Amino acid sequence: MVEVSFEQISPADFFYRNRDIAGFSNPSRALYTSIRELVENSLDAAEIGKIPPNIVVELTSEGTSENEETSIYRLKVEDNGIGVAPEYVPKAFATVLFGSKYGYKQNRGTFGLGGTMALLYGQITTNKPATVISSTGGEEVHKFVLMIDIVKNEPKVFKHEVFENKEKWRGTIVEFYLEADYTGSRAKILEYFKHTAIANPHTSLLFIDVRGRMYYFPRATEKVPEPPVESLPHPVGVDVEAMNRLLSNSKEKSMLSFLVSNFQKVGEKTAREVLELAGIPLETDPKKLSHEQVAALVDAIKRYNKFRPPDPSSVSPIGEELLRIGIENMFKPDFVYVVQRPPSSYSGYPFVVEVGLAYGGEIPPSESIQLYRFANKIPLLYDERADVVWKVVTERIDWSNYKIPKVAPIALITHICSPKIPYKSVGKEAVADRPEIERELVIAIRETARQLRLYLSKIEKKQTAVKRLNIYAKYLPIIAKCSGELADKKPPDISNLLNRLGIDKELLKETHEKILKEIEEKYTVTGEG
Amino acid sequence: MVGRDSKGKTYKADEIKKEVLDKLKKLGEKVFRDLSQGEFPELKIPSRTTKNIVYNEELKQYVLGSKMMERTTKNVRHLRPFAQLLWIAYFSKTLIKAGKTSTLRDTYYVAIGEAIDFEDQNESDEMIMELESIIGFPREDFHIFPEERASIYGDLVIEYTVPGFRGKRVDLSSHPDGFAIGPALTTAEFVKCGAEVLFVIEKGAVFSRFVEEGADKKYKALLLHTAGQSPRNARKLIRRLNEELGLPVYVFADADPYGVHIASVLIHGSALSAHIKGLNVPDAVWAGVWASDITRYKLPSMKLNDQDIKRLQELELDPRYQNDPWKREIKEFWKIKRKAELEAFSRYGLDFIVKEFLPERLAELQRR
Repeated sequence: MVEVSFEQISPADFFYRNRDIAGFSNPSRALYTSIRELVENSLDAAEIGKIPPNIVVELTSEGTSENEETSIYRLKVEDNGIGVAPEYVPKAFATVLFGSKYGYKQNRGTFGLGGTMALLYGQITTNKPATVISSTGGEEVHKFVLMIDIVKNEPKVFKHEVFENKEKWRGTIVEFYLEADYTGSRAKILEYFKHTAIANPHTSLLFIDVRGRMYYFPRATEKVPEPPVESLPHPVGVDVEAMNRLLSNSKEKSMLSFLVSNFQKVGEKTAREVLELAGIPLETDPKKLSHEQVAALVDAIKRYNKFRPPDPSSVSPIGEELLRIGIENMFKPDFVYVVQRPPSSYSGYPFVVEVGLAYGGEIPPSESIQLYRFANKIPLLYDERADVVWKVVTERIDWSNYKIPKVAPIALITHICSPKIPYKSVGKEAVADRPEIERELVIAIRETARQLRLYLSKIEKKQTAVKRLNIYAKYLPIIAKCSGELADKKPPDISNLLNRLGIDKELLKETHEKILKEIEEKYTVTGEG
Repeated sequence: MVGRDSKGKTYKADEIKKEVLDKLKKLGEKVFRDLSQGEFPELKIPSRTTKNIVYNEELKQYVLGSKMMERTTKNVRHLRPFAQLLWIAYFSKTLIKAGKTSTLRDTYYVAIGEAIDFEDQNESDEMIMELESIIGFPREDFHIFPEERASIYGDLVIEYTVPGFRGKRVDLSSHPDGFAIGPALTTAEFVKCGAEVLFVIEKGAVFSRFVEEGADKKYKALLLHTAGQSPRNARKLIRRLNEELGLPVYVFADADPYGVHIASVLIHGSALSAHIKGLNVPDAVWAGVWASDITRYKLPSMKLNDQDIKRLQELELDPRYQNDPWKREIKEFWKIKRKAELEAFSRYGLDFIVKEFLPERLAELQRR
């Protein structure tokens, strides 16, 4: 016999032991993830209050660590969001799995851990407390110095100071120490900021790095997106575990009223039919449902095919206008076209696909299309080839149909938003190829590509016309001059002909200078050569 | 004779000059008229594709058929060649007026200097040919010459008509290497000729041998060295010697598919110059070396290589090779599959070609 001992561990302990899955697998990835988690918290905090976000990220070196490749850094993230009420600060920042992100609505934070995981990582690697300063814009500013009690999953507050808020400042500042590798993560961090600016053009982003270099992404618009609305879950998206949680919290006396009041798109008629399908009497007390009955209910919901699609109000897309501004601001493209698809759903979760296609400008020409993937407004920077967008771009779209040159300055921006993004792996960097999502992507990308084709053929036509004019401007005067010389006359007046073609004196002069320059370049060797 | 006043004297070259200038002017006037009327100028140009080449029995040469192509400035693609053509015409006019000459390469460089863009010399050469076909005169008549030079030796006194040398006379037997045939010689007047026949020779070594062995005196012959495929000004001179002085012409070239064709082009004209009349010499006689001479004289010979075979196949289909001696000799090539050079006669001694072969061949040809 083998004796097995079980011990209960706290969520904080669990994440301490399994930090790889939360994106803290190595010192460079950990820095990237820390910045990302805190910035996304800040964006959410501003969005809820419909505030144009100002976010400042500052990274300073605090000396070397034992490991040669890593150093100790101080990371400070400041925002102008709605702030956190003082009574919630310790729990919100020093308790793992605490937070408002378990509701049925779209959020940026991918793990429901917010910045806590970052603070936990910092604490593990440096054993230093973190500082959180916050104000909701009222009379007071609260400053906390705290650590996480890993075993108990509880905050340990070392210091709590209250200041008078004379300036009516509102926002949150988080400051902590961590062991990390900036050299190894710098490129990804900058890429992250750049992508974030595309999806959030209403944000002012400032990053000051270890060497004092400033990376500034100014706000491109004052318009802020509509914050997502929390809504009841759609029955199809609820599994046995979630169902149990809902049942245990229910105040309803019967299953019939439980279904009607806890789910969207469920009326009395639907509830009756679902319960009949599950073989559960309508009057059953929700709290007294057996395990078998819960399983039967979830199973019946899956088999019941008549639910109306989920309500998309819990989805918060970037919006065509903001996405266009973000793209224009980042790439200064010659062409941009943005498509927002109407809401659709998979497995009971609503989702919206948005696609932008940009051409020219500051996009570097390449043989492949530059992909900028976003999910719930956050950039996905890893595992590109595992993503459904990659699959659609490489397998489902025949780009040769769209007149795109082999080497082209072309960028494709995709945004999938949903209360639940179907990520492919725990890394949460690649979206799975759900047929419903794939279909929406194909439709949206094809539409943008068709618009690009129209644009490119217009350009081509215009270029041909300009070329034609240039040729006339260049050769007609030569023909006129030579014919005059041959006929022993002054050159004939060709201004009528040129006018008819639309060639003015300026173009003539320009063309003549161009010819001389071309000849100079083609045949003359400069002294430096 | 130097500095002799040539007033009152008319040269044939002057008449040609006048006619060419006239045609150039007409070309200019046509375009000028179109432009002044606010129209896009157009030109009709004889088509120079191989499909438009026909053999003219009367002229005994290949000439262009009736097909014309239109070059119109309404079409943006025609604009550049149209301008190039007019510029070449204008350039030729200035050359003729100034009494200067240019070469094909030279012309290309002048064009660059005047901001006329020719992709390369091939393109400017092509335009010069087009002008030839419009004007109906070879480029030599509008003072543009190729680089390569043939040479001539023998009992002939000529008088230059080119500016600076007008009226000056030269005896072509006064320099044993021969006189280079350039623009000045091609346009010269023939003053006094003691020769009764013209030998046209492909190879430089054999030409020198003929001079050294005194072939010119023995046969009262002018000797002309073509240096391979004969340049057009040499062909023009040969034609003039034949026409103006009535000299019979005998052509000597290597016994290989290329040598045969050198002789053929001299006699029948080339496909490339089908737009120009007066370059071939229909009465000229191909005097050797024939394929049959290889066996007959037991000449040192080499096997035909793949290129030779390919060329031979082409010649077999060429309308110029459907009669004897051409047909007969092509058949002989196929039989022996070997080739020999003019110099091969030297195996019997340096003087063999002049002392033995030449009289035999001439006698043979005159018997026919």
